[in-house]
Amino acid sequence: MSGSGDLLHVVSNDNISDQRRALGRGIIWGSALLMALVALAQMLQLQGVHDFGLTSWRPTLYAYILWAICLSWGQVLLHGEHGKRTLFVLPAALFVISLTVFPLLFGLVIAFSDWNLSSPDGRQFNGLSNLRQMWADPFYWNALLNMLWYVLAILVEYTIAFGLALALNAEIRARKFFRVAFLLPLMLSPVAVSWMIGKSMLEARFGPVARLARFFGWETPSFFGTPGVAKATIMLMDAWTFIPFMMIMILAGLQAIPKELNEAAKVDGANGWRAFWEVTFPMMLPVSITAILIRIIFKLKLADIVIAVTSGGPGGATDTVTSFIFREYRDRSNVGYGTLLAMFYLLVIIIFMTILMKLADRFARPRT
Amino acid sequence: MSDAQMTGQIFKDSAADRSFRPKWFTGRIFVYGLLLLWAFICLFPIYWTLTTSFKMAPDVMKGNLVPWWDFTPKWLGWKSLGLSPDTIGADSTVRDEFLKRFTNSAITAVTSSVLAVALGSLAAYGLSRFNYKFLWMGNSDISFFFLSQLILPPVVLALPMLVLYKELALLDTRIGLILLYTLSVLPIVIWIMRDQFSSIPTELEEAALVDGLSIWGAFFTIILPIALPGMVAAFILSLVLTWNEYFFAALLTSTHANTLPVMVASQTGSQGISWWSMAALSWAAILPLIVIGVVLERYIIKGMAAGAIK
Repeated sequence: MSGSGDLLHVVSNDNISDQRRALGRGIIWGSALLMALVALAQMLQLQGVHDFGLTSWRPTLYAYILWAICLSWGQVLLHGEHGKRTLFVLPAALFVISLTVFPLLFGLVIAFSDWNLSSPDGRQFNGLSNLRQMWADPFYWNALLNMLWYVLAILVEYTIAFGLALALNAEIRARKFFRVAFLLPLMLSPVAVSWMIGKSMLEARFGPVARLARFFGWETPSFFGTPGVAKATIMLMDAWTFIPFMMIMILAGLQAIPKELNEAAKVDGANGWRAFWEVTFPMMLPVSITAILIRIIFKLKLADIVIAVTSGGPGGATDTVTSFIFREYRDRSNVGYGTLLAMFYLLVIIIFMTILMKLADRFARPRT
Repeated sequence: MSDAQMTGQIFKDSAADRSFRPKWFTGRIFVYGLLLLWAFICLFPIYWTLTTSFKMAPDVMKGNLVPWWDFTPKWLGWKSLGLSPDTIGADSTVRDEFLKRFTNSAITAVTSSVLAVALGSLAAYGLSRFNYKFLWMGNSDISFFFLSQLILPPVVLALPMLVLYKELALLDTRIGLILLYTLSVLPIVIWIMRDQFSSIPTELEEAALVDGLSIWGAFFTIILPIALPGMVAAFILSLVLTWNEYFFAALLTSTHANTLPVMVASQTGSQGISWWSMAALSWAAILPLIVIGVVLERYIIKGMAAGAIK
């Protein structure tokens, strides 16, 4: 990925005067000092030592932004041409670090405390008791187990997406129409889809799907009544939204396969089915793995549909981890426990994805 | 031997050739059948919602499907939104509410997409052209750091962010949402743009540098115009994702900065809301996306396919 061969090589000789260097250091450290002072003032204000007229941490945020700008500018002052190159990546890096790393560290603190936003006591450190509570929380483990089922459903989605991509890749008319039609579900907002499909089309009395089900002999169709059916329905709705995504990636892969390969297979006497398994499918393996991995990442964030349609019911059968934590916060405004659950989930995801990527790496490598 | 006999013999189809025709034909029917079936599955909910927004209660209960044939379209649903022809001139609180949410959605989605494309393109360009070294991290590590943000589920950030925003007085503001949305689409933008930039040969900049342009000058005048299609693709994809985002909006906004999905969801929750007005609301919420999907389909597909082929 970091093929150093085709990087841009620029030779530059900068003469950076000591004065300029001093200025560069000066603005970086000066703004950092300013930020520290503002933060200190805010802390003193909170402790009630002295009233600086600060109502929120907002001034500290402004000081932080000033520091970030000075840091970027300082790079140019200190390092000349090299600094200008750093400037390409630095803003994005600072942005991501300040919005993820900092909240994550803060989240770790919250995770081990008892903090109910609606109670006046504020945050109280309570050690491992959140962890113990999690261990004994059957609904959380149920939600994790549900995630496993949801992730497994991706295999079915993948099969359908592959089939559709093959059909789209065939020589057909009106390809543009089909592409647009297939793409549309992905564009629609999941919340609107929840109403359109989950609440109206699947409605037990008047929904068209319920009518269809009655036509086929299911007397009392109910799509969210029993745990198994409800889970399957949520899977189907999510599949409806995301199959286009996998389909487009697979289609792009199919179009990148040189035509000669299939022609050669035909000359060698392979019929359609064999040509698919021995030529197309192996060629598509890397793309397939990328598509499935990205799809898994998206699946692990699944929440909107569940929150809007079933809010986890019946009996937690459709709960995802995200929707469970969402309700945990909505119903009990329990920030501490919710954060611990989220942190644990992140840990599980990181371990799971690392193993998966290692496996995929081994699997996709061409066999010799 | 006569001519007719001769041609008859020469152009005689063998058994294998004759079996080919019907096989090809069934193959066609199968392919088109599959495509049409799936197109129907994709389009029917959209059609259903649109028609339902013009139905009245009896039409809904009878399950009528085709306007003018088994029911007469009425403006009922759109009237409740204040968007039907006879209410469009009059004042309507629902419409004001709807337009406010719509504006919020539009502002947050467009601003965060612009920000993400700007930050992401710069970072992707830098990573595809220069060697960086930060502590122990080289280029591939920095790339991985950016892309790994994709794994981070929003729920992990949500509660710490909620508390932080409360302290920063950013709760229920558009800026707060914009920052988080930018963060959430940034890895995707970097993914697409890195692919785009690495397909542009470095000789272009080398020539520009020889001609006396600076690095940034070369980037803006030479590289950016070439990479524009990729940027549009990344922008559209970010726009779709941020427009649809619900989770952060539901947690972090309450009255001022509510986006459209939050409004739709809050209506869904209330029992007894009439189908026609709900259908009208849903349809109005998805309409911009349908337009984008139909008009800019090329770019969306390009954006999503970017990572697929290496």
